[in-house]
Amino acid sequence: MPSQQSEPPDDRLARLRGPRPPQPYTARKITALTANPACARRAVLDAAGVDKALLAQRVGYEPRFGQSPFALAREQAFHSLVKWGGHAELIRLLREELSVPVAEAHVEDLNEVGGNASLPVRERETRRLIAHVASGQDVRLILDSPVVTLEVAGQTAYLEPDALTHRIGGKFYVVLIRSFAAIDGQANPTAVAETAKQAAVYVLALRRIFEDAGLPPEQLAHEFLLVCPKDFSNRPYGRLIDLRQELDALQFQLSRLRRAEDLAEQLPATATLDTDRDTDELASSIETLDASYTPTCLSFCEMARYCRDEADACAAPARLGSGVRNDLPGIDSTRAALDYLDGVAAPGEAEAEAAELLRAADRLRRLRQGAA
Amino acid sequence: MSALSTVAALTASRTGRAEPLATVRHQHLDQRPFVLVPLTLAGEACAPLAALAGTDPDNPTLLTVRQPRDRAERFRFAARLAALLLTYIDECRTESEPYTVGRGKDKEERRRFLRAPQLLVPNGEGIAYVRLLGRLTRLRATEGPYAVDPSVPTLGKWLTWFTDLAEFPDSSALLAMTRMLAAHWVTGQSPSEDSHLPSLLAWIDPPDGSDGARAARDAEDPTVWPPAGPSTDPVFDRTLHEVMTRYDEASDERGREAIGRQIDSELRGQMLPTWQLMWRGVELLRNLPEGGHVPDRWAFDRRLFSDYAEYLDADGRPQARRDHAVGAARRLARLEDAVTRYEAQRAFDDPLVMAEYELTGEAFTGTVTARDENRFIPGARPGSQVWRPTITLRTDDQVGLAVGTEVRSPARPTQKSRILEVHQENGVHMVVLQLEGGFANKRKPPAPPGTLAEAGEELTYTARFPEGMPSSLPSEEDTPWTHGGPPRPYEPTDEDAEETWE
Repeated sequence: MPSQQSEPPDDRLARLRGPRPPQPYTARKITALTANPACARRAVLDAAGVDKALLAQRVGYEPRFGQSPFALAREQAFHSLVKWGGHAELIRLLREELSVPVAEAHVEDLNEVGGNASLPVRERETRRLIAHVASGQDVRLILDSPVVTLEVAGQTAYLEPDALTHRIGGKFYVVLIRSFAAIDGQANPTAVAETAKQAAVYVLALRRIFEDAGLPPEQLAHEFLLVCPKDFSNRPYGRLIDLRQELDALQFQLSRLRRAEDLAEQLPATATLDTDRDTDELASSIETLDASYTPTCLSFCEMARYCRDEADACAAPARLGSGVRNDLPGIDSTRAALDYLDGVAAPGEAEAEAAELLRAADRLRRLRQGAA
Repeated sequence: MSALSTVAALTASRTGRAEPLATVRHQHLDQRPFVLVPLTLAGEACAPLAALAGTDPDNPTLLTVRQPRDRAERFRFAARLAALLLTYIDECRTESEPYTVGRGKDKEERRRFLRAPQLLVPNGEGIAYVRLLGRLTRLRATEGPYAVDPSVPTLGKWLTWFTDLAEFPDSSALLAMTRMLAAHWVTGQSPSEDSHLPSLLAWIDPPDGSDGARAARDAEDPTVWPPAGPSTDPVFDRTLHEVMTRYDEASDERGREAIGRQIDSELRGQMLPTWQLMWRGVELLRNLPEGGHVPDRWAFDRRLFSDYAEYLDADGRPQARRDHAVGAARRLARLEDAVTRYEAQRAFDDPLVMAEYELTGEAFTGTVTARDENRFIPGARPGSQVWRPTITLRTDDQVGLAVGTEVRSPARPTQKSRILEVHQENGVHMVVLQLEGGFANKRKPPAPPGTLAEAGEELTYTARFPEGMPSSLPSEEDTPWTHGGPPRPYEPTDEDAEETWE
């Protein structure tokens, strides 16, 4: 029987998750984590690889995320169109967007390596190929679905960008293929922003690989090629998008993510996030993890509706949106704010100014509503 | 968000019922609006799947596309929508009235229609859908290899006209129901949750025996309240996908028609709840009295409508893919103008909106304590005297306006007034105002009845008032060469006509 000391550091997280296999970290998860870095609950659940959708379901919240078969079909069709004929369309776009002659390139499909699709194997092969491509000036090799790793909150995340180009004009470019349309050169800004954040995750991970291999990380472009359908057609359209801002933001957010292990260590010994365990046990364990709920969570987190009910129960101002929360500086519950309005409680020193403004607003509201 | 709406949101979260943000309706609501509830195929840029449309709440017209990837079917959908909407637009072009524009020697008499079309969609995404559908259809050719029905490009031009106006807060030509409701009520949930029409209406108008908070949660169940479009519920898509596959694989015409009818009824079931909510929203908004400036703003919409209808008859070229620089500058100027004027008009029409300015010190309400009707001061010409009566108001409000600021009161909107003096007396503010007109063209006392405030009258004054003259730019034909000269109108190319829609 192995002693406690010999256990690898992530064992506490693995024990929390239980016997189920861990859910992989994806670029989407990392960007979601940086969107709400204060949320310890999500940090631990993701680091432990807990299936959040299943967990939400177990505690009584059927998650409402799902992909339409139509959207899925379109995405797959577009992906295969871009990669059709030895990535002919991708090579055309690289030629157009980078205005350098990219006549031909060999494509290495890294979806599996010699019939082996396991992530560590693919990752090793990716490292080997990157070192190879970077070694000579003229190696023209596009990596299709490479696998790279990134340390996030003490956990290793395996990530799969759609493609990585060879050196073009001295730089390597990450390529992401998405199926939202660019109409008259304009795509949905929210979708583009989300894609750019994900691209930043890949670039950051690749930088680490370059550093490890002793390659200058400046060779990695701080732009990525976004490929999406043009106008209302299926024809691929590409644009280089600058990532410097996203990279800075991501690095900053990752550096201040509290290490998930430290958070996990603080949990009581009986805590469990094993989705096969009893609902009450799960619920009380989730409660011990602090959430930082905002209404935007509803659009990306499987646990959001659980956290929303929790925020409702403790009358957290954030559940009414950032507008209300910003108007209640120092006041940590809407119940307290209402008490100050009713005059049944006196605000503390730090809350006095905000409470005074609210009272003035309330008085005016009553007067003017009656006046009409 | 202002402190005022924050208080309203707090109150709503306690009572479980939405709180009013306005005492009057700030948008025109037509006697016969055209309601459009669209659905699109997931994953596509703009693939119409279905729509419920029309002006009769009890009798919507169902439009469906049984094979959304079939180009011909899409244009058939556009033609059917055109048949409905263009008929509606034509019905507005019957009676007209004269009006004048400009002043002095530029004065000109023109005519505008008494009615204008009003298009209502469920939410902001609905407006984006109308924009895309307009962009897709307006540049099509009606002859040649990719000819479409002549009504299709006309529909596109009108849809684009609607979406261009939708950006202006003072226009009521194309409105999103969620935005309109959220401008008049605050709920006890977050603004992002308010964008779901069923939840928003649950707060404003909860069903009997339930409160808004609970009803709003119930309204999130997509099996009871499908999304208000244009995106569909992914779970419903699975059903639809299955039926559509069977439709494509049907061996005989009769079997196919039967499955086609099943597609129709599935889609209708997804849109009908939203259709009913749309009309419920219309009803709730109609219950609010109309704001004072609303008819003026609608008259401007009617004028724009009349101008565009005339333009289509005479020239008829579609809007370009992108605005040219001159058009964009003009548009931006008008947009800025419209926003300021609209905000000020709203405050003048609605004491609850004015309260926002009172709270920030940009307006104050006080009681008239004294007046000096016979005051004269030296005029601009040496030795001349002009009549400038004053009134003194006593107010509990914090007055954040400086001496010398021009202010107006909704009670006498044409009376130009200036702050002469602000001082404190026993904890209350005393404000002396100099009145510089608004006496029915009289230049000496006594003031005509009603033009000068009486002692004891309660009045609100603000520095934000609807300005008379909008900023003016030279007409398009007179664009100087420094700015590229008069812009050339956009000519649709063959490429536009052939553009794929897959």
